Amino acid sequence: MRVAVVVFPGTNCDQDVLHVFGKLLNAEAFPVWHRDTDLQNADLVVLPGGFSYGDYLRTGALAKLSPVMQAVKDFAGRGGRVLGICNGFQILCESGLLPGALLENVGQRFLSRFVHIKTESSVGFFTRGVELGTVITCPIAHFQGNYYADAATLAEIEANGQVVFRYSDAAGAVAPGDRSSNVNGSCNAIAGISNKAGNVVGLMPHPERAVEALTGFVGGDTGLEPFRRAVGA
Amino acid sequence: MRFQVLVRLKGGVLDVQGKAIETGLKDKKFNGLKNIRVGRVIELDVDGVSATEARAQVEEVCKLLLANPVIEQYEIKEA
Repeated sequence: MRVAVVVFPGTNCDQDVLHVFGKLLNAEAFPVWHRDTDLQNADLVVLPGGFSYGDYLRTGALAKLSPVMQAVKDFAGRGGRVLGICNGFQILCESGLLPGALLENVGQRFLSRFVHIKTESSVGFFTRGVELGTVITCPIAHFQGNYYADAATLAEIEANGQVVFRYSDAAGAVAPGDRSSNVNGSCNAIAGISNKAGNVVGLMPHPERAVEALTGFVGGDTGLEPFRRAVGA
Repeated sequence: MRFQVLVRLKGGVLDVQGKAIETGLKDKKFNGLKNIRVGRVIELDVDGVSATEARAQVEEVCKLLLANPVIEQYEIKEA
């Protein structure tokens, strides 16, 4: 299994993702610079978190123009697996590979804290085979994580089972109006979605920061399972 | 030719910055102010092409990058 981890100027979670796939899951994980257009026969492409292009204009907006993104679009169009985490999710939405957009957090604050996310669907490859209802506890670190889509788009992604993760409490209870669990005010408490086919997945939280008991703090290694599913390990 | 592009959030989209400004003004004497919406002005020059082509290019750049049609609308003015 070959995993390409795309690095834009300002990306800062590439090493975490390379560690998960390369060290913990024994996949062949390698970085791909954003000016490259060759994904080197990757089976999975990851757009990691960070602040690509300094978040100028809108988060993820300038990154979508990077040369590598045409290759990523072609790859996704052929059914290739693409995962976007945090800024990577924002880039996927800006690129039109995923529906909706990420607005500023409702509280107007950068949020750096742990959250609970409940597994809601196995349509996306990232949660395929994971028991529905499974709760992952992992950090978020974002200012623009407030998922928004218009009513028609929301109805469609809900009906298709494209909502992969929702913010919840520790027991998995979802309450979109409750800011103690849905901390950024996302529509329908959406934390992650997939495209209709399930081969493109994006989420705001950072499960790659909760993959080992030693460093995962209160999240332990609850974030590891979806990465395992993503590479079939 | 110089253009001015006004980018603003669509009507139904929550404007968190606007809300924050409103909250900030609440304690002052401006209690009547509401529905504050924050947008962005982008100015640019287009040289060496006809006026029609220049406008078409600005239009294309708006769609490609300057505005996100999911959440924003734009307006092009000749400056």
